[in-house]
Amino acid sequence: MDGAAMLAALRARFGSGVIETHDFRGDHTAVVTREALPRVLVHCRDEPALAFEMLTDLTAVDYSKYPGREDGPRFEVVYHLYSIAHNHRLRVKVRVDEDDAVVPTAVDLWPVADWFEREVWDMFGVRFAGHPDPRRLLMYEEFVGHPLRKDYPIDRRQPLIGPTN
Amino acid sequence: MGLGTFFTSKLDEAIGWARKYSIFQYPFVTACCGMEYMATACSHYDIDRFGAGLPRFSPRQADVLFVVGTISHKMAPVLKRVYDQMTEPKWVVAFGVCTCTGGFYDNYATVQGIDTIIPVDVYIPGCPPRPESVIDGLMKLQDRIAAQAQRY
Repeated sequence: MDGAAMLAALRARFGSGVIETHDFRGDHTAVVTREALPRVLVHCRDEPALAFEMLTDLTAVDYSKYPGREDGPRFEVVYHLYSIAHNHRLRVKVRVDEDDAVVPTAVDLWPVADWFEREVWDMFGVRFAGHPDPRRLLMYEEFVGHPLRKDYPIDRRQPLIGPTN
Repeated sequence: MGLGTFFTSKLDEAIGWARKYSIFQYPFVTACCGMEYMATACSHYDIDRFGAGLPRFSPRQADVLFVVGTISHKMAPVLKRVYDQMTEPKWVVAFGVCTCTGGFYDNYATVQGIDTIIPVDVYIPGCPPRPESVIDGLMKLQDRIAAQAQRY
């Protein structure tokens, strides 16, 4: 399916669940509400015309120091979907506030989301409700904070052994 | 007694000479420097010429700890443990800028030089170091081994 038609179909199906859509140089993006996210993802995977069998990436962005976005929802969780059958792609974004940084898990849809979501929790502190094993992925358990947040001090060191230089 | 049937030396020098040509390395390879380490160890550069051709993958059988690649804070206790498990006499080579100083990884994850954790005998800078630099470092290590007071 052509990207513009894909976005139009999503808007028609989910109405206010889709906040905005845009495309840039052939990359099509749908920003959806957190409430609509599970339904949108299930639809993207199971609708034969979309058939996104593959979650190629799941990550997050901290917009707290982004020009023009300082007041808005702090985090954006980004899903990159790819359909092997149709050879097309879609990006789905969901915005969450800092004081309620929780997103429903996608592990039951794509098992690969397991480690992606653990990494996002580790690096950004966004939790995924319903995740089967919500531990840190990269940093050690003793680590305090989330290092890819824009307010993590760039020179803060938390070594397990050795000096804090 | 005929000529050449004996020679005189100091015991320290004889042991140093023997030790510098029997370097059993433990390659602690964590990152891209490992490729250059392999290139150096293989036939083209052939570190077997220096008696360092047989890496041991058990710290108890190794003399020289080659720390090859970036060491993260999460990995640091493992490196320390491997070092502690090695038997004396032992030496440490820091291979590449990441092990020497942290390199350009001046961030939350990376140890800023392994000499903050364990003692280092030879530093080989480079990102990654050329095999020539590695061999130069290895020969510096040999000089150090031969010249030091030997414990036996």
